[in-house]
Amino acid sequence: MSSTTAGILFIGSLVIALVAVHRPFGDYMYRVFTSTRHLRVERGLYRLIGVNPDAEQKWSVYARSVLAFSLVSVLFLYAFQRLQGYLLLNLGFKGVPDHIAWNTAISFVTNTNWQAYSGESTMGHLVQMSGLAVQNFVSAAVGIAVAMAFVRGFARKKTDELGNFWTDLVRACVRVLLPIAAVAAIVLIAGGAVQNFADPHTVHTVAGGTQTITGGPVASQEVIKELGTNGGGFYNANSAHPFENPTAWTNWIEIFLLTMIAFSLPRTFGRMVGDKRQGYAIVSVMATLAVLSVIAINVAQLAHHGTVPTAVGAAAEGTETRFGVSNSATFAAATTLTSTGAVNSFHDSYTSLGGGVTMLNMMLGEVAPGGVGSGLYGMLILAVITVFVAGLMVGRTPEYLGKKIGGREMKFASMYFLVTPVIVLVGTATAMAMPGQRASMLNTGPHGLSEVLYAFTSAANNNGSAFAGLTVNTPWYDTALGLAMVFGRFLPMVFALALAGSLARQSPTPVSEGTLPTHRPLFVGMVAGVTLILVGLTFFPALALGPLAEGIHQ
Amino acid sequence: MTTQTIHASPAPEPSRPDSSGDRVKGGLLDPKMLVRSLPDAARKLNPATLWRNPVMLIVEVGAVWTTVLAVREMTAFAWLITIWLWLTVVFANLAEAVAEGRGKAQAATLRRAKQDTVARRLVGWRPGKAAPVENVPAPELRLGDHVVVTAGEIIPGDGDVVEGVASVDESAITGESAPVIRESGGDRSAVTGGTKVLSDRIIVKITQKPGESFIDRMIALVEGANRQKTPNEIALNILLAALTIIFLIAVATMQPLAIYSKAGNPGVPNTTALDQNGVTGIVLVSLVVCLIPTTIGALLSAIGIAGMDRLVQRNVLAMSGRAVEAAGDVNTLLLDKTGTITLGNRQAAEFIPVGDVDETALADAAQLSSLADETPEGRSVVVFAKQRYGLRERNPGELGHASWVAFTAQTRMSGVDLDGDVDGSSAKDRSLRKGAATAVADWVRGHGGHVPPAMGDVVDGISASGGTPLAVGEVVRTDAGSTARVLGVIHLKDVVKQGMRERFDHMRAMGIRTVMVTGDNPLTAKAIADEAGVDDFLSEAKPEDKMALIKREQEGGRLVAMTGDGTNDAPALAQADVGVAMNTGTSAAKEAGNMVDLDSDPTKLIEIVEIGKQLLITRGALTTFSIANDIAKYFAIIPAMFVALFPGLDALNIMRLHSPQSAIMSAVIFNAIVIIALIPLALRGVRYRPSSASKLLSRNLYVYGLGGIIAPFIGIKVIDSIVRFIPGIS
Repeated sequence: MSSTTAGILFIGSLVIALVAVHRPFGDYMYRVFTSTRHLRVERGLYRLIGVNPDAEQKWSVYARSVLAFSLVSVLFLYAFQRLQGYLLLNLGFKGVPDHIAWNTAISFVTNTNWQAYSGESTMGHLVQMSGLAVQNFVSAAVGIAVAMAFVRGFARKKTDELGNFWTDLVRACVRVLLPIAAVAAIVLIAGGAVQNFADPHTVHTVAGGTQTITGGPVASQEVIKELGTNGGGFYNANSAHPFENPTAWTNWIEIFLLTMIAFSLPRTFGRMVGDKRQGYAIVSVMATLAVLSVIAINVAQLAHHGTVPTAVGAAAEGTETRFGVSNSATFAAATTLTSTGAVNSFHDSYTSLGGGVTMLNMMLGEVAPGGVGSGLYGMLILAVITVFVAGLMVGRTPEYLGKKIGGREMKFASMYFLVTPVIVLVGTATAMAMPGQRASMLNTGPHGLSEVLYAFTSAANNNGSAFAGLTVNTPWYDTALGLAMVFGRFLPMVFALALAGSLARQSPTPVSEGTLPTHRPLFVGMVAGVTLILVGLTFFPALALGPLAEGIHQ
Repeated sequence: MTTQTIHASPAPEPSRPDSSGDRVKGGLLDPKMLVRSLPDAARKLNPATLWRNPVMLIVEVGAVWTTVLAVREMTAFAWLITIWLWLTVVFANLAEAVAEGRGKAQAATLRRAKQDTVARRLVGWRPGKAAPVENVPAPELRLGDHVVVTAGEIIPGDGDVVEGVASVDESAITGESAPVIRESGGDRSAVTGGTKVLSDRIIVKITQKPGESFIDRMIALVEGANRQKTPNEIALNILLAALTIIFLIAVATMQPLAIYSKAGNPGVPNTTALDQNGVTGIVLVSLVVCLIPTTIGALLSAIGIAGMDRLVQRNVLAMSGRAVEAAGDVNTLLLDKTGTITLGNRQAAEFIPVGDVDETALADAAQLSSLADETPEGRSVVVFAKQRYGLRERNPGELGHASWVAFTAQTRMSGVDLDGDVDGSSAKDRSLRKGAATAVADWVRGHGGHVPPAMGDVVDGISASGGTPLAVGEVVRTDAGSTARVLGVIHLKDVVKQGMRERFDHMRAMGIRTVMVTGDNPLTAKAIADEAGVDDFLSEAKPEDKMALIKREQEGGRLVAMTGDGTNDAPALAQADVGVAMNTGTSAAKEAGNMVDLDSDPTKLIEIVEIGKQLLITRGALTTFSIANDIAKYFAIIPAMFVALFPGLDALNIMRLHSPQSAIMSAVIFNAIVIIALIPLALRGVRYRPSSASKLLSRNLYVYGLGGIIAPFIGIKVIDSIVRFIPGIS
């Protein structure tokens, strides 16, 4: 079986599995977030944090809850890392330096999981498990909660109420993330991922040197890293490490886990707004963009005509031989299309165009399918912008799912759309204008520029993957990227909730022949087209001087 | 106080648009208008005026900067770019100036009608009492004053007729030269200042405050003096602002990257586009101007003004742009039956004989008995007899010894008494009566005749089908005595205007529900509703029912449009999202509605909806076009900027433009020319046919989306093949 056939089989089976699972799983999440019953353990949690799970929140209260919860999480995680030296299971590691601790705390709370440190040589087991892994769950749950509140903006009418953040948060953890993570962890352990509390082993290598191998609770953290589109690896090598991702089929499982929630949420959305076709349309846009991206990156990696790639048949540098070029490329597409940022190969070593595609994936705003929750609300906001232009062309004040898109709605949708490009471009330009920061680049020329562009794109879009090459473990980058992550995560959330608040207040216009249909292929194509064109136009100059300058040859 | 009376010269009749067909048509653009509007366009370069249009303000700022740079550099390239950037702003201003120019012409016509007149105020007038007259200038009239106006005089202000009847020439505001009747009491009492009394004498109670007359408001409206951005315009402006910010940042942040890239290749010589300080100012400005949505930014206000103008051309005054937009969103149309769906009156549609009477004989009798009936129903009997049975209309004079009995409300019958041998029969005298079934039956019985039960069946049948039955009876007196009998029944019914069913089908295709409102009983209403093809009807409607219906529809999130003219329509007109008051209506109705139809044609509501939709479509189409254009401009400018640095980027120069300078210049020129090329479209509106949203979307997407991507590739290539010959460019 040639590597191309194997790659196609790998991608094809993933698509089939996602198609099969998205309906029942989406329906399950619909029931979770619309149910009025509380589990006993949930009631206990509500009593613990002192909230009434049935109290409804206005958008502003919901947003405040999100921000307050995240602030507490950041402070806790920061303190936890700084005090590591005094804690149990620290493997002898000292407290984490302040700029790394700040960056890491932000990074895990924002679901970015940008790692300015090397996991196995910085963090002990306790910080990994009860600091970082906990954030892997709750930061993902925050994303899902905001998405549900956003969808309620469409589903409800004449109300200020968008649900209860604490209820959504707890349910996302207890009923969605934890059960799947528990099952999947066992699957990964069966596949060879490690799960222990062993002390580091020191082994003698074939070459005669010595090497320290750290074990730990890897599988449990690996699962939520993918499922919650977090991406923060136990090891510095992330999913390329054999203890995290031992075989080609665990590779398949990991890609499946990191896309399954994001691809199923449109179904939940369709059920919540009472029109499954709307959910199918949104998932179709996501799938269209995802398939295009997977194809593009595979083509770039397999068909590249550099000297070395031609000699070995593909761009194999930086990939693990147990995965191969195509499966690495597919993982790269999946991890950048979602907000995961886990890597099983090194994007810096990709062909210029292949690396360019991973950047473009993130620049799309991570909507195809995107991070858990954030992918759905990001895509729905792009749909709102599309509806605005398209709706005018049918001669009516634009409306989406019966809700009119007026000045107030456009204000929030536009601000949502502006945030990440502004952070990415301003951040990159600032870094490139400062000689000190340019020194962090491994390479010169367009490739060096790509490294910086990638770093800011990844941080602002809460992806967390790195192009490698760039030395980011400096106070300047830790601070700048930390800010990019905070603003890139929470400003869009606030704008999305504000938009939902204004949508929920409207009473829906009934559907008629004059209504723009938002479930047909034409609309799916339009949303995909608008997304590509808007993003393409925004980032074309930067991409032209980075990956394109490097990748296009005469 | 002046005593001189200035008579307004008769206003030239404004040109009326071709109203054939049911498509929205717009005015054409006169090329002379462009030239005439140039001074206005230049005046609008003032930043104080331009700040209302942020997109164009940025272009102007850029143009100022390139002017400074061009003065310093003194190259042909710099100057040509600078000129075209200024032209871009001028073209945008031109679009707005041309759109406003049309309104100004209309306003000038109206001003002529508004020349100061002297009013003859009645001091302390009360009904039935003579009052002293004093002359005051019209602007000094106060609310509640009474004035007397006689034939040949101009009515000095808006008001209601409180005494008398007069024919009034309203052509100054409606353009309609046929005079209209205005009388005290009822729904035809409103008069408009500036119109001319042609006959008789009326006393008018002034209902306007000084300076707030209908004509004042009309002038302000057509001039767009206090034009405010509509909700949709605001939303679109937000999107355009966001796009502008994004592109400004994309270009601004490119500069450090460009400096870095240039520094990494010290061997590459400086070019017009790129030196050690990064991308040169002129090229940077060119890129920004090409990327920000200048096309729609330039045309947006012109589209809005032209939309209002299209209504004015159809003699509809919209009190706000918001109302025009709402018209495009309407979900439910409330249409009065009479005058809108049906012709004003019921008409004869069938003659049904009773007993052994011949149908033609019945037609003959019906015609004879209706000759003296001047009501529209009576006339329709005569017309129908002629059309269907070929019976020539006879003049009352040509029948000898006939005495005519006119229709009265008391007898509810009309007819004729004929003496002697009339039509070859041996009858001596013959009397015919036509009228309400019961009246005729009583008349026949009164003359000793017998009314057959068959007649009752026919009458009930017609009533049940929604029609109005009229019976025809005959009394023949011979020497032997007299016989009275019922000849038959005339079926009068409402006649639906031609083409209404098609229009309602169009409405349905556009997703608009039509509801017919009538005072008829449910049976009659249903019959007409079925025939006309409306979706629903409200029968036995009282004003409060109409109001309740509007509120119910609005509860469900629907927007409602209606027309009305009477005072009792006013609350409903105010409640409706689009309320079109008839100009013939009362001032209360005109105050309550947000549009006034000067032609008083209730059918026009349908056109208003189409114009509203067309306005929104034009905005959406040009926005799409504007954004789609950017793709080609990138492919022209980006390779031109950096090809010296990275020769590989020449692969992106897919248009194979001649040189970096010619590529940048062509993009800038295209960007400017497309504005002027689209002015006619912006003023006329994009072609609109009533159809479903899906069809409209795919068509417009095809034309303006795909077209917007392709057109600039061709346009820029063509311009490039010309500018390459300019010295200093190649």
